[in-house]
Amino acid sequence: MINLLTEYGSTKRILLALLIAMGLSACGPIEPWVKPYERDKLADPIMALDGDAVSTAYIQHVYEAREGARGGEGAAGGGCGCN
Amino acid sequence: MTLRQLSFTALLLALAGNAFAGVLPDDRADVLYHLYDGGGVEIDGPSILVRKKAGKSLSFVGNYYVDMISSASIDVVTTASPYTEERTQWSLGMDYLRGNTTMRINYTSSSESDYDAETISFSVSQDMFGDLTTLTLGYSLGDDLVSRSDDPLFERDLDKQSYSIGLTQILTKNLISTLNFETITDEGYLNNPYRSVRYADGTSSVGYSYEPELYPNTRTSNALGVRARYFLPYRAAIEGEYRYFDDTWDIKGHTVALSYIHPWRDYTFTGKFRYHDQTGAHFYSDLFPFSEATNFRGRDKELSPLQSYTFKLKGSYEFLNDDGNKWWLFKKGKVTLSVDFLQVDYDDFSDLRVVAPVGEEPLYSLDANIYQLFFSFWY
Repeated sequence: MINLLTEYGSTKRILLALLIAMGLSACGPIEPWVKPYERDKLADPIMALDGDAVSTAYIQHVYEAREGARGGEGAAGGGCGCN
Repeated sequence: MTLRQLSFTALLLALAGNAFAGVLPDDRADVLYHLYDGGGVEIDGPSILVRKKAGKSLSFVGNYYVDMISSASIDVVTTASPYTEERTQWSLGMDYLRGNTTMRINYTSSSESDYDAETISFSVSQDMFGDLTTLTLGYSLGDDLVSRSDDPLFERDLDKQSYSIGLTQILTKNLISTLNFETITDEGYLNNPYRSVRYADGTSSVGYSYEPELYPNTRTSNALGVRARYFLPYRAAIEGEYRYFDDTWDIKGHTVALSYIHPWRDYTFTGKFRYHDQTGAHFYSDLFPFSEATNFRGRDKELSPLQSYTFKLKGSYEFLNDDGNKWWLFKKGKVTLSVDFLQVDYDDFSDLRVVAPVGEEPLYSLDANIYQLFFSFWY
């Protein structure tokens, strides 16, 4: 029980700290925590989330024709292309 | 366009008013050949995507895409005749950059002998917090016309709308993530006009008969997708994806994928595994107990409970490096070959090519290989 109370207390403190941090951040501009000069790895082509749009659109179209789910991944082409 | 749609578009354009400094996509052309081969279906054709900037704030994009279909799928073999078909799709789009805001508009037209579709899309992206965060709002409106090749008088409308919101977030200097939520609503003729449902029929020699399927006229779906890509301690990347899906037809789906990207000299290799699991639509049945047993009925295998597994292997070779030397108009060139091995296991779709007592036929399973070969040029 003591452990539970201690954990509950520490959770409250974390929440309070988060609320204060959010309040402070609302008063001024948010400083970028990854500086532009630290983004060399993110700029590497292997980190591109959609490096080949022509291929992504095609494979999404295949999945939309073969499965019942759709959306949530960006737009795919129209039409049927069923069976 | 209704008042509600106009209001939404106006909101998107108004949000685009605040402006600082974003980036337009690279000038690039891709020429792709695709081939899908499996389950008695062969679909191949080209896709050509060209993007070009005009000045510092405009970028235009065009796509021409063809599916040449030769189908003897299990649906066709068991209830109709094999056929060939061609679908042609083209699209034109424009990106307008103003400061940190990018506005996009895109028009797509798709045409085949018995299905025409037109879609117009708008989206607005805003870079924020020192370009660590990009928020995107999107809307698209689709107008489809469904017809039948064997009945020139048959024409049905289908309207589609999509609302999406996306957040791309740089989390650390090695980690980038995206969160996307999309709601799609359909209203109109959602059946496949050629497909049938199966019902038990003691008067038939095989013990069952077919009747046309009948879908609800509306469908609304929600999808929430999250992706994260991490730069490993050496020069390689790993990506995880998850998507949750549900809709008003009671289909619930979970999709997960894991990718590994490894460059070596002028080559880049990618391996990916994707798994999808879904429940079936509430009006789906492999075998209805009698004719017109329910108000709505369908036996499209895509609406069955199923699991799909994909293993992808992809390799690309950069034959023209971006080192300042041009070859003709091009400053960089790449060729890519990709193969996807797809397997779909259906939990409630019988293989009726096998003769067995009604309801005791083995379950169907689909295997397909999907090939892509494409050349990419930057200029």
